[in-house]
Amino acid sequence: MGGFARGSLGVLLPPVLAVVATMILFAGFLAAQGVDPLTAYRLIWLGAFGTWFSWQDSLVRAAPLLLTGLCVALPAQMGLMIIGGEGAFVLGALAAVAAGLAAGNLGLPDILVQVIMAAAGICAGGVVIALCGLLRFKRGVNETISSLLFAYIAIAVMNQIIAGPMRDPGSLNRPATRTLPDNLMLGTIPGTTIHVGLIFGIIACLAAYICVYFTKFGFAARIVGGNARAGRVVGLPVERMILAFCFAAGGAAGLGGMVEVAAVQGAVSSDISTGAGYTGILVAFLARMNPLAIIPVAVLLGGLDAAGGLLQQRLNLPDATMLVLRGVLFVMLLSADALQGRLTRYLAPRRLPVTV
Amino acid sequence: MSDAPGLEVVGVTKRFGDFAALSDVSLRLHPGTVHALLGENGAGKSTLVKCIMGFYHADAGELLLDGREIKVGNPRDAQQAGIGMVYQHFTLVPSMTILENLTMGLGFRPGRIDWKVERAKLTAFLDTMPFRVPIDRPVSSLAAGEKQKAEILKQLYLQAKLLILDEPTSVLTPQEADEMLGLIRSMATAGQLTVLIITHKFREVLAFADEVTVLRRGKQVGGGKVSELSVPEMARLMVGDQASRDHAGREEREPGEVMLALTGVQALDDAGGPALQGVDLTVRRGEIVGIAGVSGNGQTALVEVLGGQRRHQGAVTVGGEPFGATREEIARHNFALLPEEPLRNACVGRMSVGENMAFRSFDRAPIGSGVWVKRGALRRHARDLVERYNVRTTGIDAPIMTLSGGNVQRAVLGRELSGEVDVLVCANPVFGLDFSAVADIHGQIVAARNRGAAVLLVSEDLDELLELADRILVMSGGAIVYETKRESADRQSIGLHMAGHA
Ligand SMILES: Nc1ncnc2c1ncn2[C@@H]1O[C@H](COP(=O)(O)OP(=O)(O)OP(=O)(O)O)[C@@H](O)[C@H]1O
Ligand SMILES: [Mg+2]
Repeated sequence: MGGFARGSLGVLLPPVLAVVATMILFAGFLAAQGVDPLTAYRLIWLGAFGTWFSWQDSLVRAAPLLLTGLCVALPAQMGLMIIGGEGAFVLGALAAVAAGLAAGNLGLPDILVQVIMAAAGICAGGVVIALCGLLRFKRGVNETISSLLFAYIAIAVMNQIIAGPMRDPGSLNRPATRTLPDNLMLGTIPGTTIHVGLIFGIIACLAAYICVYFTKFGFAARIVGGNARAGRVVGLPVERMILAFCFAAGGAAGLGGMVEVAAVQGAVSSDISTGAGYTGILVAFLARMNPLAIIPVAVLLGGLDAAGGLLQQRLNLPDATMLVLRGVLFVMLLSADALQGRLTRYLAPRRLPVTV
Repeated sequence: MSDAPGLEVVGVTKRFGDFAALSDVSLRLHPGTVHALLGENGAGKSTLVKCIMGFYHADAGELLLDGREIKVGNPRDAQQAGIGMVYQHFTLVPSMTILENLTMGLGFRPGRIDWKVERAKLTAFLDTMPFRVPIDRPVSSLAAGEKQKAEILKQLYLQAKLLILDEPTSVLTPQEADEMLGLIRSMATAGQLTVLIITHKFREVLAFADEVTVLRRGKQVGGGKVSELSVPEMARLMVGDQASRDHAGREEREPGEVMLALTGVQALDDAGGPALQGVDLTVRRGEIVGIAGVSGNGQTALVEVLGGQRRHQGAVTVGGEPFGATREEIARHNFALLPEEPLRNACVGRMSVGENMAFRSFDRAPIGSGVWVKRGALRRHARDLVERYNVRTTGIDAPIMTLSGGNVQRAVLGRELSGEVDVLVCANPVFGLDFSAVADIHGQIVAARNRGAAVLLVSEDLDELLELADRILVMSGGAIVYETKRESADRQSIGLHMAGHA
């Protein structure tokens, strides 16, 4: 039975159980509001994946989640739990707009300016999360807490800047930056309404997966993440590798911010803090920190998001309903993780101190 | 105190996947005896006692305590039945005193703890014990022997009448081990305790055990009264009719140039106290330099410094160049290191045996190629090492933490010794290894020396050093306090310097 818990089924079982339990609980919640759960689930399906139109909507919403999911999953490979992706996301967006507005006037080709914007977004996000990593091993500051606090600081800084130095004088009642010119906005995938940010996200997830599981660098990272002492004994630069992973993680979220502003919003206002950074935590957990699994999970959550509107229109349910669903899902997932601990302890008691 | 129980293990079978770690093992512990469990690395000894303790659930078999069948679902059930186990690693909370540790061990205490009452209870208990331990010092400040005694006392305080010890002496000096086993032995003879002890040391079996059971590859292959068995007989039972391998003898050779040199190396321990206070030493090509010393005198820190795990001041040079334990330097100087507790210090438990064996070579051809790690080459490398170093595993894809203790040691040694080696640092390389593996590993170390490697051998076992080392240095209080050549080494003066009297 030990093999059962450790094999692929054992890895998949808890999230699947969590999803099932969530559906049951959420059905109760809907019923309590006088809504027929079956109708609601049918609508959710319809709104998420029922038509080509809803598919496109779901995929658009999945795009930033792919990148913010990586912001959690990458440091997790090194044994760090980063939950402040929202901060990197927001600063990435701000840096991208600043870069776009500044470089836009230099007469460079659009594509080059877009690359500069992406680079700015990646660097801004990367630096924030790398700072959390640095604080971790220089000062022993818990990276989970520091990344969360940095997210608040980042959002406050963003609000400050869009209300001050970068404020568009034309934005009267709500402070916002100037809007990116159309030629700098990211295009869509031909034949769809889906912007190319989705492709960035998918490529980033694939690249992360390949890097972690197939390259020398990823191999070294798994050593350091699995046991830093062993990493030192075999001469790996533990600190630098943790920093590199944190930077890459923040960079992914920052790129997500760049995509959000350059493909959707056009300017940075307080709306830029969409919560994608926090949803990324959920995505990464559901994907069990596997970069490849982030792709389907992000699409699933993007779908739930997309279905919210339909649920509201047809059943007159408040928008927050989908947040409830998401919250229940997260709690169930964490409980399932605890259950997984139990399962492995009972089925394959190898987590126990191994006597020699 | 009530009497020592008898325990019968009947037909225990335990499988991990389709690998049978134990098949139909039976054994009988007579009340008030010390029973030794012998077997090669990976024979299933730890698995058997974990089944008794309820950590593992046997697939078949039963336990009879004083003739009555008992069901042990988890370690707490075992504790309730009066069965206690002492692990090879320490389980007491280091920052708490023995008084606190043992009181907490009793389980749930309602409301606030009346320390006066607890102290009185514990003191009264200790008065009945043949051991002495300081109950008011934090456990972290105790020597290994004292800690081990405290672990045993804890089990007795929790009213264990049947005590299981899994390689309890590997962390102790021979003197400490003798003292501790002698005490346990006398308690058994007095009818207070029944003991099951796992050990690889025949000396301990002969001196302290009444009966022995031998496991080989998960099967009970023999046993009986110690008085009726000889060491060669026990050894044959353990390994079967395997032909023993020939080992390289030491060649007479003059040491060559200095390969490893430490000058004025200082380092702090985890608590910020001094661990190394100016260590100077050199190791030349073709010589084995042994570091003797009572554990806790800086040997661990010394190996950590060489492994890049501990910051230090002072100079470390390898092959005449400053050495900072970076990957590039390690590869350039063919530097190999086997730290103590390899699972904690040199492995990633969750990664497979094959991956762990590639930690040194994953970024070099043939395993590393461009940016990629080549799976095929990694697996070939692992299979080759598993075979050459006789690592007993269910497969190279098994997580390394599922290997038996001795086999983890072999896997890491294989990794470290397989390539060219110019400098080799090993700390207690044969901890927990069975006798044939000990001979094997010692042979490998001598062979490396014969090929011209500079070997620094840190060991708590003086016999090992006297057998292998060309020079012996004694470490005490974080510095080298004595040096002697192999030819002129004498136990007495080494012992005196180890104890810090000289
Ligand atoms: N959880 C597990 N999963 C898979 N295999 C296991 C597990 N636990 C033990 N084994 C295997 O069972 C065998 C017996 O292991 P065990 O730890 O009992 O050996 P041992 O006799 O204590 O050896 P040593 O002297 O080296 O400590 C080993 O081959 C080991 O790889
Ligand atoms: Mg064992």
